[in-house]
Amino acid sequence: MSLKLVIRRLLFLVLVIWAASTIVFFIPRLSNRNALRERFGELARTGGFSPADLEKIIASMNQQFGLDRPLYEQYWTYLGNILHLDFGYSLYRYPTTVAELIAQSLPWTLGLLLVTTILSFIIGNLLGAVAAWPRAPHWLRAFATPFILLTGVPPVIMGILLLFFIGFRLKWLPLGGAYSVGVVPTWTWTFFFDLMQHQILPALALIFGSVGGWVLSMRGMGVTIQGEDYVNFAEHKGLTGGRIFRDYYLRNAMLPQVTGLALALGTMVTSAIIVEGLFGLPGIGTMLNLAIRANDFPTIYGIVLFITIAVAVLMTIVEFIYPLLDPRVRSS
Amino acid sequence: MNEMLATAPARPSAGLGPRHAASDGPILRVSNLEVTYYTDSGRAKALDDVSFTLNSGEKLGMVGESGSGKSTLALAMMRMIKAPGRIEGGSVVVGGGDLMTLGAEDMRKARLSRIAYIPQGAMNSLNPVMRIGAQMIDAVKSHLPREGRAAIEARCKRALQSVDLDAGVFRMYAHELSGGMKQRVCIAIGILLDPHVIIADEPTSALDVVTQRQVMETIDNVQKAINAAVILIGHDMGLMAQFVDKVAVMYAGRLVEVSTVREMFTDPKHPYSRALISSLPSLGNKGVFQGIPGLAPSLLRLPSGCAFHPRCESAMPHCSTIRPQQQVLPGGRRVTCHLYDGEA
Repeated sequence: MSLKLVIRRLLFLVLVIWAASTIVFFIPRLSNRNALRERFGELARTGGFSPADLEKIIASMNQQFGLDRPLYEQYWTYLGNILHLDFGYSLYRYPTTVAELIAQSLPWTLGLLLVTTILSFIIGNLLGAVAAWPRAPHWLRAFATPFILLTGVPPVIMGILLLFFIGFRLKWLPLGGAYSVGVVPTWTWTFFFDLMQHQILPALALIFGSVGGWVLSMRGMGVTIQGEDYVNFAEHKGLTGGRIFRDYYLRNAMLPQVTGLALALGTMVTSAIIVEGLFGLPGIGTMLNLAIRANDFPTIYGIVLFITIAVAVLMTIVEFIYPLLDPRVRSS
Repeated sequence: MNEMLATAPARPSAGLGPRHAASDGPILRVSNLEVTYYTDSGRAKALDDVSFTLNSGEKLGMVGESGSGKSTLALAMMRMIKAPGRIEGGSVVVGGGDLMTLGAEDMRKARLSRIAYIPQGAMNSLNPVMRIGAQMIDAVKSHLPREGRAAIEARCKRALQSVDLDAGVFRMYAHELSGGMKQRVCIAIGILLDPHVIIADEPTSALDVVTQRQVMETIDNVQKAINAAVILIGHDMGLMAQFVDKVAVMYAGRLVEVSTVREMFTDPKHPYSRALISSLPSLGNKGVFQGIPGLAPSLLRLPSGCAFHPRCESAMPHCSTIRPQQQVLPGGRRVTCHLYDGEA
């Protein structure tokens, strides 16, 4: 890959991040709600200070957050802060910074999302590849169908079904939370197993929702590749079935799927946000959900931007990896 | 053009050298081979009672219209007929053993090592994501699992050399090669294990005429080096005439004539061969091309008796009712036609 191409991709990445941050900045401002007023109004009702004091507090807070200045000035400050990854303070959980909030919740989301994305990518692609491979045993090829059917079920519904049957009726797994109530997170095996038990159902909800998509696209690709001349010639060469499947069929059919993986990361984040809420996991999704409800826009900015940057960076990485998988891209 | 290639001495073989010196019996004996495709609209007999023999070092050109069964024959000999097709009977004896009786694993081992297939490689026969070298190494490894890495690589590079390719091709990818080079790589792969029989399925289609000639000369050279029997499938009679010893003509899944090149071009026996030869353009004959009247029949609804009789100039009344049998004429020519009944 040429240096020119690398620079072009990186410039594109910057452009994507700028566009995303601009959109993210203006959308919450279109609403008439005011997070400070809501929060301190609540305090005023319960804490008993006068409406005049309330106005003074809000005015001073507005000044402190720079909310009294014109919108375009705030926009410039905001862009400048983003440059050095400063997302500021949460309005609702002041004085916690947005960066701290993200740091707290990120590991939960990352763990769940990374594992489920990779698992469903591997399972889905293998099932899809086998489904399109004429020499695979029939019972193995039949596995693809139920997963394709499950694609139609959104992860939330799947999560509710799993919670109801496996969590509530069968009581095999816990109903929610990241770990059992009263357990203190420590680096021990007992905590690890407790943690894993709580992750199984949300992970299944996400995996069931996304495997089918991989199966479908991989099967479509596989049908084309298995009829290619080089797959036939591989058999003429007397190669074993396993080698033909892996090196000649799978490696070629996988290529578009890798691009698909980059795109799927975005979708997985959206699913994770909903599933986290459903299972009460303290991840980025839950955090974002709370921030939106409170119109805590610094937190919304921070999280959405963080997700956007993460997905954009991952996509760029995938684009840089792709030429290693497909030599034809390398030279063009 | 290209004197260097034309006069080049026999190349070193990729492997052990000519291990099968011309022996008495034919190295390849195909007998009564039958293939049927079970389609939704009926059974199509793509190969019907095909028999011929070939000696070591002999080159046979297989010609016929599209759909006459040339490629089906190649696939049947490799036992690579895919559903809905089925090999219904017959035998393919290569160097003493019948391929049709082998188990799946033994047949896998026989491919490339006893009988090799060279595809029309100019377009798409090489894996785009693997280096040429890797695609040669895996072929050798799957047959000689105990051979060391260095020995395998040396073997592959010798094969590349014998098809006039630079050893640097070993590290390249298919998209970095020209059509002619890709075809040579396919030939190099075909001769990696010094097979007894090489089947080249339209090795020169999709190549320009200059490259066609070079590729044919390459096949000629490697064939001489390992003394294999070669079957060349194609419809370019002119190109074939320059390179093969014998020509076999197929029509509607049947072998209608097998003759030496000279006999075929000077005195074709079967009326279909005659029509084919006289339809060839020539320098002396600048008139209108003479085609063969009528169309090739559908394999689903073959004419009764001799399948060629509706288009035949010399058809006799019993041609439409009685199917002719293959006859060996004095001198070894094989013809399947009622005109020669009683001459065998």
